[in-house]
Amino acid sequence: MTHINIAALEVGQVIGTTEFLLTRDSLVRYAGASGDFNPIHYRDDVAKSVGLDGVLAHGMLTMGAAVQVAVDWVGDAGKVVDYGVRFTKPVFVDAQDGAVLIVTGKIGEIDAENREVRIDLTATFNETAVLGKAQARVRV
Amino acid sequence: MVNPNVQGKKYPATNPYLVGREKIREFAHAVKSTNPINLDVFAAQAAGYNDVVAPPTFAVVIQERSLATVLGDPEADIDFSRVVHGDQRFIHARPIVAGDELVSVLEVASVKTLGAHSMVTFETKIYAEGDELVCTAISTLVVRGGE
Repeated sequence: MTHINIAALEVGQVIGTTEFLLTRDSLVRYAGASGDFNPIHYRDDVAKSVGLDGVLAHGMLTMGAAVQVAVDWVGDAGKVVDYGVRFTKPVFVDAQDGAVLIVTGKIGEIDAENREVRIDLTATFNETAVLGKAQARVRV
Repeated sequence: MVNPNVQGKKYPATNPYLVGREKIREFAHAVKSTNPINLDVFAAQAAGYNDVVAPPTFAVVIQERSLATVLGDPEADIDFSRVVHGDQRFIHARPIVAGDELVSVLEVASVKTLGAHSMVTFETKIYAEGDELVCTAISTLVVRGGE
């Protein structure tokens, strides 16, 4: 188990960066695991018929993958006590190449008394931020 | 246009959802988790849990069950084909663990109108046996107006 020395942490410190390759396979897998079978996440024709450029990733897949940066840092998925995001831009997933999501976590706030740290996450696709105000409070 | 009168409306508790170990593993793989606490019973138990722990966004599966009730409610009048997910938050009193039997109670926290669009915020409280609050899921859907 990761042991984090809260006294040694600094606001602004980067805790990690992870690249996630989201492919059509990832989308189908997430659809099955979550029960969200909206066809805009696996059918180009349906996506285009509602005015989208193509199949896009489930926002909840982006949200779920992004928090893994905080989970990996703290070492225990059960220590994320509060996690919220805004969905600001779609992540289009190319049928052949997929989409690369780059997630970086930084320390946003340190609450030493309650042993909680707020991790601010940025998630970018094609150099554009796709999540807004992505913040995870973790118990350390 | 979403019916503004459903603001404050509460929907009855869903049927209990039994959280399975393999379901947690399946969901963990789907969100690209490699955290042993999500996948390995021994690692989870060594960390003090009874069984594998669900990823932080797993509660969406329970939230969806309540949301489906609202989307099927003619009074709310929400056109699902026009729905875009605006934001999402999960506040955990404790993590969801395999073996939990969960019910959810949804309340329409607010309905706002922005031009032709509606923004609806739902608050879903997820309880384990004995009315133990496990998670509060807050979700805002944007319903695009007709052209």
